[in-house]
Amino acid sequence: MKKDLYDYELIPDVDMPAEFVQRIKDYDDLEDTTLDTNMARRQFLKLSGIAGGGLVLAFAMGGAPRAEAAHHGNKKGAAALNAYVQIKPDGKVVIAAKNPEVGQGVKTFLPMIIAEELEVPWESVSVIQSDIDEKRYGRQSAGGSQSTPRNWTPMREAGATARTMLVNAAAEKWGVSASKCKAEQGQVINTSNGKKLSYAELADAAAEQAIPDAKILSFKDRKDFKLLGKFIGGVDNHALVTGQPLFGIDTQLPGMLHAVYVKCPAFYGKVKRANLDEVKNLPGVIDAFIIEGNSVDGELSPGVAIVAKTTYQAFLAEKALQVSWDKSDASNESWGDFKEMAKDLTSKSAPATEESGDMAKAISQADKVVDSFYTYPFLSHSNLEPQNCAAWFRNGKMEIYAPTQTPQGIAGPVSKILGLKQEDVVITQVRGGGGFGRRLINDWVTEAAAIAHKVDAPVKLTWNREADMAHDFYRVGGFHNLKGTLDKKGKLTGLQDRTLVFTNKSNGRPVRGGGIRGGNIQAPEIPNVRIEAHEIPLTIPCGWWRAPTSCSVAWVFQSFIHEMAEAAGRDHLEFLIEQFGEPRHLGKQTARDFNTERAINVTKDVAEKANWGRKMKKGQGQGLSFYNSHLGYFAEVAEVTVDSSNRVKVDHVVASCDVGMLLNKSGGENQVEGSIIDAISTVAGQEITFEEGAVRESNFDEYPLLRMPSQPKIDIHWLTTDYAPTGLGEPAFPPAVAAVTNAIYNATGKRIHTMPISKEGFEIV
Amino acid sequence: MATIQIRVNGTNRQIDDIDPTTPLLWALRDHLGMVGTKFGCGKGLCGACTVHLNGTAIRSCSTPVSAIEGQMITTIEGLAKDTENLHPIQEAWMEHDVPQCGYCQAGQMMNASALLAVNPKPSDQDIDNAMAGNICRCGTYKRIRKAIHTAAENGGAR
Repeated sequence: MKKDLYDYELIPDVDMPAEFVQRIKDYDDLEDTTLDTNMARRQFLKLSGIAGGGLVLAFAMGGAPRAEAAHHGNKKGAAALNAYVQIKPDGKVVIAAKNPEVGQGVKTFLPMIIAEELEVPWESVSVIQSDIDEKRYGRQSAGGSQSTPRNWTPMREAGATARTMLVNAAAEKWGVSASKCKAEQGQVINTSNGKKLSYAELADAAAEQAIPDAKILSFKDRKDFKLLGKFIGGVDNHALVTGQPLFGIDTQLPGMLHAVYVKCPAFYGKVKRANLDEVKNLPGVIDAFIIEGNSVDGELSPGVAIVAKTTYQAFLAEKALQVSWDKSDASNESWGDFKEMAKDLTSKSAPATEESGDMAKAISQADKVVDSFYTYPFLSHSNLEPQNCAAWFRNGKMEIYAPTQTPQGIAGPVSKILGLKQEDVVITQVRGGGGFGRRLINDWVTEAAAIAHKVDAPVKLTWNREADMAHDFYRVGGFHNLKGTLDKKGKLTGLQDRTLVFTNKSNGRPVRGGGIRGGNIQAPEIPNVRIEAHEIPLTIPCGWWRAPTSCSVAWVFQSFIHEMAEAAGRDHLEFLIEQFGEPRHLGKQTARDFNTERAINVTKDVAEKANWGRKMKKGQGQGLSFYNSHLGYFAEVAEVTVDSSNRVKVDHVVASCDVGMLLNKSGGENQVEGSIIDAISTVAGQEITFEEGAVRESNFDEYPLLRMPSQPKIDIHWLTTDYAPTGLGEPAFPPAVAAVTNAIYNATGKRIHTMPISKEGFEIV
Repeated sequence: MATIQIRVNGTNRQIDDIDPTTPLLWALRDHLGMVGTKFGCGKGLCGACTVHLNGTAIRSCSTPVSAIEGQMITTIEGLAKDTENLHPIQEAWMEHDVPQCGYCQAGQMMNASALLAVNPKPSDQDIDNAMAGNICRCGTYKRIRKAIHTAAENGGAR
């Protein structure tokens, strides 16, 4: 078998949610310990007994389970299984999907990996969402485009383990060596005489086989893949197109009540008093009460809960609610103030947070110096399914039905806030109507649990759109005062970024997605780089937004590199490739793994595929951009037509990408197309502003999402490499933003320095 | 509070003890337990709540249930004749694997099927115009357009 190449380590990179860091580290520290296969086998047999279906095969796997076995090795009876493959008497195969599905296709592509190695036809597979159970499944989360790289090997091991046991069972039955037997699409073939046994016939005997050591497992060669790389539809599609209950908001429990939770418009304001008696008398209202909360970032903010018989009655009651807020600890910040402050502040020097070479010397020796100031706004996630959660407190246990990206991050805060034992907080994972990073933070889950704790019935909390937009954890806005230097030959000799870094008031660290490192520039050939950061404490809550950090700074640096190419009078493509230098793997030198060979290849490929540099008509332009985030390498060319009224039509976007190999052609292309549409949405007119600590935009009329007529033609080119496959939820987004604004420059001569482009007098049509 | 009769997916339904100003969306979801129709914005801006009223696409979040008393409603649950016999729009949505998160897609399909009923062979331009009121946060527009063309070829105007 040809081995996968790796040019990264599976430890969190700068884009990774910080609260996962320790958890992942815990797992990685344990990775070298060996699995106690005997213990795993005992667990395995026990589980088969519990399942009781007769021909049930359940598997312990290598990788994470090795860590798990070590982790739980001292606890007798701890279940050490973290994935299931069940083979039913009729030959049907049930595969459990472990990670949350929020639209990234993970419920389909992780089981596809297992099915490929198991050698079963996809038509015979049905997929179930697994329980949330760290002991059995390890880490279950949807974030950082991490599901693919973290599960590629464990899922292959799950499938290959099962296949090996089925083959061994067949060999035993026939009294031949396993090397004479071959698994193929749900059956084992005796290669010496052509006899066949189906998996269903073998399942019982396979269950009695020893679980093979992960070290001796053989994986299929990529050239022999029958399923991976094909166009496979989502496993929930039939339920989706027929309107069956699937999403968090569809949760229905017997006797369920409906709640709203009203918080201070200014973040972290507290409730002084409210007209609760009046509200309680409204039709359908069951109860109304104040929740003090703990005001911890991402946990439970203070507010007023209204519980009613129906969602509409709760919404009506909210309109009649009058609250007097104590704003003494609340945010009183305003976006306008920050904008004024930033221009002034970033014109002054600050201590360098990072410096390579000697920027002062680069400036003094420069043939040409270019100054440029870039501003981008706060953004809302705006999942189309507003935040919602059902919870039921009964018999001392809190049952939670949450469309979350981090189901394992719930029990901690909920048990702490409500004084419950962690094991008494029971999570059911429900499909989420969009993630984009919003559902990594479970504030809305703690609210539902806190309400349910006081009500003698199951309760579903539903945020309306206005609440969703007013109480997000926003993509942080930013300001960059850049200086670039060119020598006589037009080479980029230096880049200085004087930026404003917002810091979280509670811990003093950069807000989520708000840090900046030299590695973010992704131009390792620049000899002199200096980053200066003015730190400003911020109360407005910020979160991880699709491709955190990269989603904003890729636009800044990819625009500025284009600006420098123009100043040097050089072709953008040739200038951009020069910044990568020789094809090589840079490892951690750039704060993240960066493989310039992969960067160069996708950039050259997109130029060729988009016919870069061809003559465009008046008012038309091509724009080029590159970025590497979340282990994916993406180069994109956008083509725009701009009319005399500055109306911009994005005609075409071409993307070339290297994520090793594509696991699901359908799901993968969907992610890239969606990321590009999402990027154009942000370019067009999205901006969250706030005044006196409260967000001003409240619905899609003030915070527009791109609509059907504005979609460009999108073409995607996949460079297949021998690198292990990596994720696609994010990396197509960051380069798309600058591809569009660079194209606007090439069409009009006007550089976009402030996002969205509506601020610069342009309109996407 | 009132008692209201509506005809949903071919069945007469009586809703007791309902505030007559309740939007059809919440009557369907909370009173009738039909959760296929989705809540997105509450203001008719996103189209997630689209259903058919006498065959025409409407926004159920902004239509009081009292205003449609006695009239014919079709929701996503009733778009197919039965589970074995999907509407060409539903078939096309699966063929092209349109959904990402899938939350908006009930509204998209209801709007698309209403379009085909009046325009059996729409152009790209027709589709863009007709579908502009439906937001897809995941950005599946390319596939929605393709799927509508496929459904049109497969008799989606039925």
